[in-house]
Amino acid sequence: MSILRGKWSAISVPLLSVALGLFVGGIIMLVSGYNPFVAYAALFNGIFSNTYVLGETIRQMTPLILSGLAVAFAFRTGLFNIGVEGQLLVGWLASVYVGLQFEGLSPFVHIPLAILAAGVAGAIWAFVPGLLKAKYHVHEVITTIMMNYVALHVVNAIIRTYLLAPGERTEEIHQSASLQSAFLESITDFSRLHYGIVFAIIGAIIMWFLLWKTSTGYELRAVGFNKYASEYAGINVRRNIILSMVVSGAFAGAAGAMEGLGTYGYMTVMPDFTGVGFDGIAVSLLGANSALGVVLAAALFGGLKIGALNMQSVAQVPTQLVEIVIAMIIFFVASSYLIHWISNRVNKRGKI
Amino acid sequence: MDVMQILQIVIPAAIFSAAPLIFTALGGVFSERSGVVNIGLEGLMLMGAFTGALFTYLGEQWGMGAASPWFSLIVAIIIGALFSLIHAVASISLRADQVVSGVALNFLAAGLAIFLVKKIFDAGQTPIIQERIYKTNVPFLSDIPFIGPLFFSNAYYTSYIAIALAVLVWWVIYKTPFGLRLRSVGEHPMAADTMGINVTKMRYVAVMLSGGFAGLGGAVYATSIAGNFSHATISGQGFMALAAMIFGKWHPLGAMGAALFFGLAQSLSITGQQIPGLKEIPEVYLLISPYVLTILALAGLVGRADAPKAIGQPYEKGKR
Repeated sequence: MSILRGKWSAISVPLLSVALGLFVGGIIMLVSGYNPFVAYAALFNGIFSNTYVLGETIRQMTPLILSGLAVAFAFRTGLFNIGVEGQLLVGWLASVYVGLQFEGLSPFVHIPLAILAAGVAGAIWAFVPGLLKAKYHVHEVITTIMMNYVALHVVNAIIRTYLLAPGERTEEIHQSASLQSAFLESITDFSRLHYGIVFAIIGAIIMWFLLWKTSTGYELRAVGFNKYASEYAGINVRRNIILSMVVSGAFAGAAGAMEGLGTYGYMTVMPDFTGVGFDGIAVSLLGANSALGVVLAAALFGGLKIGALNMQSVAQVPTQLVEIVIAMIIFFVASSYLIHWISNRVNKRGKI
Repeated sequence: MDVMQILQIVIPAAIFSAAPLIFTALGGVFSERSGVVNIGLEGLMLMGAFTGALFTYLGEQWGMGAASPWFSLIVAIIIGALFSLIHAVASISLRADQVVSGVALNFLAAGLAIFLVKKIFDAGQTPIIQERIYKTNVPFLSDIPFIGPLFFSNAYYTSYIAIALAVLVWWVIYKTPFGLRLRSVGEHPMAADTMGINVTKMRYVAVMLSGGFAGLGGAVYATSIAGNFSHATISGQGFMALAAMIFGKWHPLGAMGAALFFGLAQSLSITGQQIPGLKEIPEVYLLISPYVLTILALAGLVGRADAPKAIGQPYEKGKR
């Protein structure tokens, strides 16, 4: 059980939580009369069995990586950004707007420009809670939740008023801004795989570099560990809180651009949230707020979501089972105290 | 259209849409006053709405008739309280981050409720319930001139229960020993512990109360407003109730007032089209007003809102 402490705990706790989450999902299936072995086999096949589902899994994990990075980046400074969902929506809208408005640009200019616009929109949306936290000590959890709803209604109103096309949506963006790729679609049996994954991986590298290789990153992490000590050491805590939220919002906005420029190529009037932003919280927690961990966790959750479709058609288990499993995984990761407590107990008795 | 007609449209609609928010916000007051953040209100409300629709339907099948929705409200309170135990165990006993645990509870409720609906009905939503909680004119009171038509006609009994409960909760929290203990646990758990109050037990009770109230709020929404349960039935009402609780400064009557005000904003965004002068205001301003006002309240621009001191911190005995 010593594997649960020390340097291995960063890996063993998430792995154990995933196993426990799947176990609870299996019990729920047993109780409600499904065969968990058939269902999980179908789930696994639904992720890896052919190039189509593999392509869909990578497409699904693309925005999850960026929303996970957004949550993780803020966590590193001790901030809980639940507003990723709203920042993602304004980013999605900004990317589609740039994709619609500029014509005749080279894709090498147009795509970065659209993603940049999405990042800036998300950053502005996250700046408000950051400023309120730094200036008035308002808890960011509440303000970011409120900003989510403001984003949802404002984005819908803007689409309805200025960008409406038939079908409660915007027009399709120009080809020069699109991340969609005939090549990637053809090698994955016509899945919706697009080039967004490249930008998501670049995002992960940027986060790692920013946090661990720059003095700004050092300051951000120091504030996350202990803001009073940081203040005493001469670090401007307020500036770092705002900066952290802004960078986090930029990642979230970029996640929206992946949907706007990649998967859909337009934006619809949203009846409800996408869920990608909230899933980012799960991704970040499971990935222990590290860049690599976020990519791996996004792959897991993206895979579960795509595999769930096959599980439903083969074993008739509703796709919502995967949401239950993800919720249980978050509970277990968050309650890692339980896992540590058990391991300490076992050690004290001198057994195992 | 004269002023009276306008008020007759607006006020009953406001009270009507506020009732589920009031119940849920009162639940939030209990939990947060004891020092446990409850972002899970949305999920608890969702479970309540699911239970409300399901058990009203079952009640109809079992021949309960008009009593079915009321039966479902009681079941929803119990289910809500039990479901909130997950949040309580994780955040109080296992010292999980309370916000994270609440977020997970929302995920779990959304997944579990739809999973069960698909399992039971083999469809994405429950059947439309026949026996709903309907509008009534309150006997005698609705005959009072001016006040009668505004407050006691075309109203739902659940709305009066909500307002009465808000007063009751105020009395419990501010006028009883239980309330004093609840508040002390949320302000300074160590001092409360020293005085012999069982912090863990108080927090468990508070979280379960919040679960019961939020379950009731969700069930009232399902049986009076929605009429069935699907994935879109509860989308943000729980968070709006959370906003009402904060805008009401963690005070039961304040939360009720804020919920009534948010209900007014919601009903204006629907009924506004019938009212001269409001037609020109785009709907979006009314839709976002509850959230913007809450942000302004927190920033101290609309009266300062301060959370209980020990909120969000797990209590560990003997830790300084």
